[in-house]
Formats: sequence, structure tokens, C-alpha cells
Amino acid sequence: MKAKHSLALVFFPAFDWAISPTHPEREERLLYTQDQIFEEGLFDIDGIIQYKPDIATKEDIQRVHFCVPTEEAVTTESHLISAGGAITVANAVMNKKVDKGFALVRPPGHHSMRVVHGARGFCNINIEAIMLEYIRDTYGIDRVAIVDTDCHHGDGTQDIYWHDPDTLYISVHQDGRTLYPGSGFHYEMGGPNALGTTINIPLPPKTSEEGFLYALEEVILPALDDFKPELIINSAGQDNHYTDPITNMNFSAQGYAKLTKKLGAHIAVLEGGYSIEGALPYVNLGIILAMAGLDFRHVLEPDYDYEKIRQPASNTEYIKELCNEINDLRNNIDEMTPKKKIKGETKKRNRQIYYDTDNISERQEEEVVLCDECAGALRIDSQALGRKRICAVVIPRKACDSCRKIGYRWFEEADRRTFDYIYLQDRVEKKYIAR
Amino acid sequence: MLIGLDVGGTHVDVVLIEKCNLLDKVKVPTQPDNLLESVLSGLSLILERVSPEKVKRVVLSTTLGTNAIIQGKISPVGVIVVSGPGIDPEEFSVGDFFIPVSGYVDHRGREVRPINRTEILDAADRIEKAGIRQLAVVGKFSVRNPTQELAIRDLLKDRFEYISLGHLISGNLNFPRRVATAYLNSAVQPIHMDFFNSVSESLARHGLTRTPFILKADGGTLALDASLEQPVQSILSGPAASITGALLDPPESHATAVLDIGGTTTDMAILVNQVPLFEPLGIKIEQYQTLVRSFRTASVGIGGDSLVKVENGDIKIGPEREGPAMAHGGTNPTPTDAIVVLGLSNQGNRNAAFQGMEKIAEHLNISPVQAAGKIFEKTCSCILQALDSMVDEINTKPVYTIKELLTGYTLEVKTLLLIGGPAPYFAPKLREMSGLEVVVAENSEVTNAIGAACARTTCAITAFADTERGILVVPEMDYEGKIPQTFTKQEVIGKAYELLRKKALELGCHEEDMEMELVEQLEFNMVRGFYTTGRNIRVKVQIKPGIIRE
Repeated sequence: MKAKHSLALVFFPAFDWAISPTHPEREERLLYTQDQIFEEGLFDIDGIIQYKPDIATKEDIQRVHFCVPTEEAVTTESHLISAGGAITVANAVMNKKVDKGFALVRPPGHHSMRVVHGARGFCNINIEAIMLEYIRDTYGIDRVAIVDTDCHHGDGTQDIYWHDPDTLYISVHQDGRTLYPGSGFHYEMGGPNALGTTINIPLPPKTSEEGFLYALEEVILPALDDFKPELIINSAGQDNHYTDPITNMNFSAQGYAKLTKKLGAHIAVLEGGYSIEGALPYVNLGIILAMAGLDFRHVLEPDYDYEKIRQPASNTEYIKELCNEINDLRNNIDEMTPKKKIKGETKKRNRQIYYDTDNISERQEEEVVLCDECAGALRIDSQALGRKRICAVVIPRKACDSCRKIGYRWFEEADRRTFDYIYLQDRVEKKYIAR
Repeated sequence: MLIGLDVGGTHVDVVLIEKCNLLDKVKVPTQPDNLLESVLSGLSLILERVSPEKVKRVVLSTTLGTNAIIQGKISPVGVIVVSGPGIDPEEFSVGDFFIPVSGYVDHRGREVRPINRTEILDAADRIEKAGIRQLAVVGKFSVRNPTQELAIRDLLKDRFEYISLGHLISGNLNFPRRVATAYLNSAVQPIHMDFFNSVSESLARHGLTRTPFILKADGGTLALDASLEQPVQSILSGPAASITGALLDPPESHATAVLDIGGTTTDMAILVNQVPLFEPLGIKIEQYQTLVRSFRTASVGIGGDSLVKVENGDIKIGPEREGPAMAHGGTNPTPTDAIVVLGLSNQGNRNAAFQGMEKIAEHLNISPVQAAGKIFEKTCSCILQALDSMVDEINTKPVYTIKELLTGYTLEVKTLLLIGGPAPYFAPKLREMSGLEVVVAENSEVTNAIGAACARTTCAITAFADTERGILVVPEMDYEGKIPQTFTKQEVIGKAYELLRKKALELGCHEEDMEMELVEQLEFNMVRGFYTTGRNIRVKVQIKPGIIRE
């Protein structure tokens, strides 16, 4: 058997790590996936190559996050290996050793935002973003799309790329009115400098294969066509599955495999998915076969019944309207974007962010420079209730001179008496400092 | 006294051993068209020189099965597979009739769909009608629950001469390999049966009534009568013979590479703390990836008789072999000729060897002695490069726990142990080039046969316990027992040792050589909802491979 597309696979089940003994994110999570992929003999297939994960470095994290107080304080080895595994796969793809890569790692990362006071949604650091910024600095890649197919809105990844016009973030997920984290509505479309490069497709509970593939055909693929990314990354969460214990969707292994094939991502990274026996063994097998260009028609769950899990007609109708509305908004992005930005003008947004895993409440004010030339300098004032208050300044990757100057001014004028820590992330000079 | 016999590409080596000392050795030429005859003549020669009552044990390492597979001279086999969902089973199609049937067991060993009697009988009809007498029956996840394989065997056992069942071969998960291995097991069974009969008869003629043993690729032995159940275990035992021979007096180094320098190839293996490393799953033979347990070996197409030529101004060595060295009557230059010209060996015709070097030298505008120097150096560097890539591959082996990843052991070879005929000539150069300690095994030209003679009887088993389902399965032994919810990992290990001991005795292992060890242990709490509902425990135990020092 020979893979049509060669595939790098990092399989790291972290059999000795759990958030807590009975937590969904526990030792057992990838055990049955391992059984299935070993039993199928996947690693004997010509063109599927298993790699040992690397360990992410402090700098890898600093390109993306402000960790309070330090990177060491909010991560364990497991997080560094998870992010490192994604980087391993990325290196294999970027060095053209393989056509595609899949990091089957845990714990996940897509709920981790730019500022990290602790863990939220089982995530401490954002493994896709860490991988992507590593790729950008190492291989000079610019335009990238991340398509997040986890059932939960990837609010962390959205936050990190909210202002970046060179990263198209598309999330398809269960409607935030019915599921954690309660965000990801279709009118969330990106910051003022990057309007339209965030796309949210919130699907109603019970959506099955037809609904997901419809959204893919109608919104995701056309948006990718328009954006013309150099690289497509898939945050491959598997909790849209009909057997998942903490969500309410009706997606299947067949559906995931078809979506993977049509999406054609270069790199996939495992996110959530907690039906460890009923879904993960089959969904992972389906995704791996689809990425390798192999036949997945026989990958079926033991209790799979297309008709039984088929979405109600009302979902079909709703999703059609939703996709039309999203496309209408996409077509009007230019009109919605302010035409001439006034030099130095800024825009603020205020948010409350809740860390469910570590039970932390954060209050955040974000201020971005409106800029026609770059993603705009960004200043964040973040207070975790009963904990630390910090000021964080971002000078984006392709910052213009003016935004760089503003960034440095913000960093210098921040008051040590107000803030416990003051951070600067200078993506131009690759300088990451704190005072 | 022990007798060891190893069939090589050019010679059959037979040795007589007592208390680890070589008493006698015999070499007879291998007749490629009649391997059985070669084995029997080698045996006869040594048996004529010893009284049969003194022989405690005879171990044979043969290439009969291996050659039959390579030459495609194996029996036709019908293969019935119960695959359930996953990769299309047709991708793993082997044999003369490959028939997937319905039925399905999942990763926990739960029967999800039953087998269909009529469908199986139909399949059997088709296979039988084609005149096929050998069958292999293999289920996906049958190692977690062999019921469906057993039921199919019970339905068909009177209609076929021999039926291989997948779960008996190995406890490892890998359905495609299980299919290929069960197929090969049935395919070599008739040849193995002939071999069994001829060898038993020949030994009896010489007054030897004890059951002989055969060597396996994992360096262990198996009583010949027990091997009739698993003839596939006897394939590719050649490298294992040499590696086991090297264990007789291994260097005290922490990490040793064993280099078996032969005529056509150099075979390599690694000893860590004097114990050989194993293949994670099993050996590959021709296009078949199998679950036949084996030492981890690598082979490079460079040996004493490799063909030397000049290509684009560069010396190229091997992988072809076009007969013996010119020093020994051949027509093409070889590394052996280089060794003779350099004065490292005084065997053979030096003039002929010199002519060989002249052939190479004239293409490179250097003297024949300089050519010999270059050839010898290139031979050594190719061997060392191959060893480097083997070590790299071992060091990039994936691990699955944070502890292993962070504290991971990195293999760094400290010592080279050379075996094989030309070994002594290579030692100084390899030492100079690698900077490592280099040791030449005693009696290096018959290390293989010595290894066969002294190899212990070994076996390995896998135990899966699922306390939620209340079952413990040991597929290799067809054991399925009930266990209480409270069963612990220690109890699983205890049970595994008990069963391993029973199996080892059946295979002909002696109490005094039964050194058991735990090779793998994994335990997971199974949580459903927010409660721990049971434990999933996986244990592997084995009789440690090694040598008999009687």
C-alpha cells in the first residue's frame, strides 16, 4: 500500500499526563486511537512516516503569547511537547520531506488567547499559533489560513489573529448559544485592520454530514479561494462527532474524512474530541487516510447509521440561510471597512474572559492603532481578578515605522505602579522582553 | 554436548560444543537446489564423530522456509479474513484465494457483528474446489478476542489439512502483518513437515531419539515437533544464529554493535548491556511484513566477495557478488583481494589478487597497492555508515510518554564485535576509522553454528486485561479467563508469568534456562462519565533470550 500524498505523523498520546484523573483530557484519551491505528498497520504504509515530537522552546511561545508571569509558570512538559509535535510536522512539510502532516498530540490549544493567565477550555498555549509563527519566522511564509473544525469555537486562535490581515481564521462549530465558550457568532469578522479575515460559521445542534459539507462548499472553500493562502492549517478537533459526550452534533468519521479530503489542508493538528472509544479511533483513521490520499470508504463506527444521525430538515434550512448571510457580509467587507484611517487613531474593545479550567476571571482592554499599512500596534491592559495586572504591547510582524514607534512608546510609558508586569512582543526585531 | 547447525549461502556449518567450548566443527558446501540434503549430510558428518548418547541437544538453523518463500516455491493457501470496518481488506490480499467475510470485533475485544456461517462455508467451497489444502483464518482485533477465528476453524477443520489462526502468532496489534504471517505460516507448513520427517528419520538412524530444536529469528529455539504449529517462526534465523553466537562472550560494553561480515553482506545487530535489541513488530521477508519476532538487524550489501568496480572515477563496492575473490579462483576483483594484496591475509593466490587490483588501479591511474588501500578503506567506511544509519533509526523511534521523551535513552555504540570469516582482517582498520573498541569473536568463522547450538528456548506472550469487562486474554495461548473487577496489574503480571512458564515447558524449555522478564506494562483507568469503571492493563512477558552454558 502506498500513500498518494506522503504524510508526516506525530503520534504522541502522552500516556502519563492528565488534567485530573477523571478529566476528559486524561491518559486514556488516545489509547483506543492507538489500538486502531496500530491494528490497521498505518505505520507500515509506504509514505506514512512517524516522527518523534520536538519540544517547543520559550521563544516559540513568546512569538505568540504573553504568559503571566512567565512561560514556565503556565506550561508543563506536556504542553511543550504538544506544540513541539506540531512544529515537527510543520518542519517535515516545509522541508518538503512529505506532502502533508498531522500532529496527533494532546493536550489541545485553540482556546488559548494571546494573554495567558492559566488554562481555559483544557488549553494552556495555542499549539497551532505557535506552529504558525514558527513557520513564518523559519520559512518566510506570509499568507496562511487556519480552518478550525473543532465543535467549540476556537476563541483563542480567533483572538490571536483578530487583527492580522495575513491570517484567515475560519471556525465551524456548534452555535455559541448552546456550547462553551459561547462565542463565534457570524458577525465576529475580525478587527478594524483585518475585517473579513475572521469567519465564523456557528451551526445548530444536531448538524450532520450534509450541514458541515454544505458550509465547506458554500463558505469555507470560496473564502480560501479568495484569500489565496500559501498554506492551509486544519485545527482538527473531533468533537462534532455524534457520540461526543460534551457536545450535541451529529458528525461522523465518514464526514470528517470527506471534509479533510475536500479541504486539502497541508497540516492538521488535533484539537478536542472526547468520545475516546466511539469516535476518536475511527475519526483519526479517517483523517489520516484522507490526508494520505487513501481510500477511507470502509472507515465506519460500530453503530454508524447515516439516516439515524441525519440532521433535521430545519437545520438544513437554517444553515442555508446562515451561509447566505455570511457570504453577503463577506461580499460587503470593503464597504464595512473605514475608508481613510486617520494616522494614530486607535480603537478599543473591552472584554471579560473566563478561564473555566483554572477558574480565573480576566478583564481586558485592548487598543489597536488603525493602520492602512500594517496590522497595527496593539496594547492590552489585562487584569486577572485577584491576580496580576499586566500591560502587553504587540508590534506586529510587518509593522510600519509609525506603529513600531507607537508600540515602543506604549511599552516605555506603561507605569510599573499600575502593572505587575509590562511586556513587549516585537515581531519585527524578534525581541520579546518584560519589565 | 550440544550440536549446532547453520545453513549459509555457501556453507553448512556444524559444530559440537561442550560447556561453551568448541570441540569439533564441520563445513560442507550448501547445495542450493537441495538444502535438505545439505543439512542431512552436515549432520551425518558430525554424528559419525560422536556417540549419540552424549548429545543432549541438536539445534538447526535452516533456510528452507526462507528460500521457499524467496523462490516462490510455497504451497497455495486460501485466506479468510474477518476485517470489520477500517482500511479495505483487499489492500492486504495475499495467497491464492483471499476472501473477506462479515463479522467484526472491536478494539476492546467486543463482538460487534457475528460471523455468517453460510458465507464461510461458501468461501471454503471455493477454496476447496481449487484444490487448496492449506488455510489461514485471520480477524482484525482477534488478539483481543479470538472467538470468531476459532469458530471458523471449528466449522472448517475437517476440510483442510492445515489451518493457521492469526491470534496464535503474536499478541501484537497489526492486522495486515497478522494476515501476511498467518498466510506464510500455512504456505511453508508442508515444506516444514517434510523437513521434520527427514530430520527425525536421519537423527534416529544415528541413534538420536531426543527431539531436535530449530532456531527462530529472535535467537530462541523451539522443539521441532512444537514448531509444526508455527513453522513460520523458523524463517530468517540466519542472522539470529550469528548474533546469539556473539552472546557467548560479549564485550562488557554498554552498547555493542555486532557486525557479521560475510561474503555478500554485512549483517548488523545491537547489544545493549549484552542483550540484543528486537524489531518492534517483526521481520520483513520479500514483500511480506510479518509479526515473526526477531532481533533488530540491518544488512548492507558489502562483504568480502562483493564485486568491486570503478564508476565515474569512483570505486563502487557491491551489492553484487559475482563469485569468489580472484585470490580464490574468481574472475572479478573483491575486497578480499584488496586484503590479500595489502598483506593483511595470506590466504589464497596473491598474484591473482594483485591482477584484480591492477584492473581497478588502471582506471584510477594509481598503483595496485594504492587501489587495494582505497578499496579496503571504502569497504570499511560503507560498513560504518550503514551502522550509523541503523543507530539513527533506533534513536528516532517514537515514544508515547512524557517520561520516555524527556529521559529518553540515546544509543551510542562504544564497541564493535566482529564475526564472520573475514572479521580478523577488518578489525585494525575499523578500529582506526571509528575510534571505537573493536573485538573479534573467537572462532568467528563458525559463530553462527555455535549460536544455534547454545541458544535457549524462548517465547513471549501478551496479556490484555479489561476489568470493566472482567476478562483476561492471552491470544498466543488461546487463553481467555474471567477476572474480578478488583484485579490489579501485579495480578495480571503474575498470571502472565504462570502462563509463560507453561508455554515455555511445552516448547521444550528447561527449568534452569527459564529466565523470565517483563518487557512491557501499561495500565489505564477507564473513565466513563465521571467515574472510573475499570482498568485496561496490557502486559508482555518473555523468556529472556540467551545461551545455554551447560
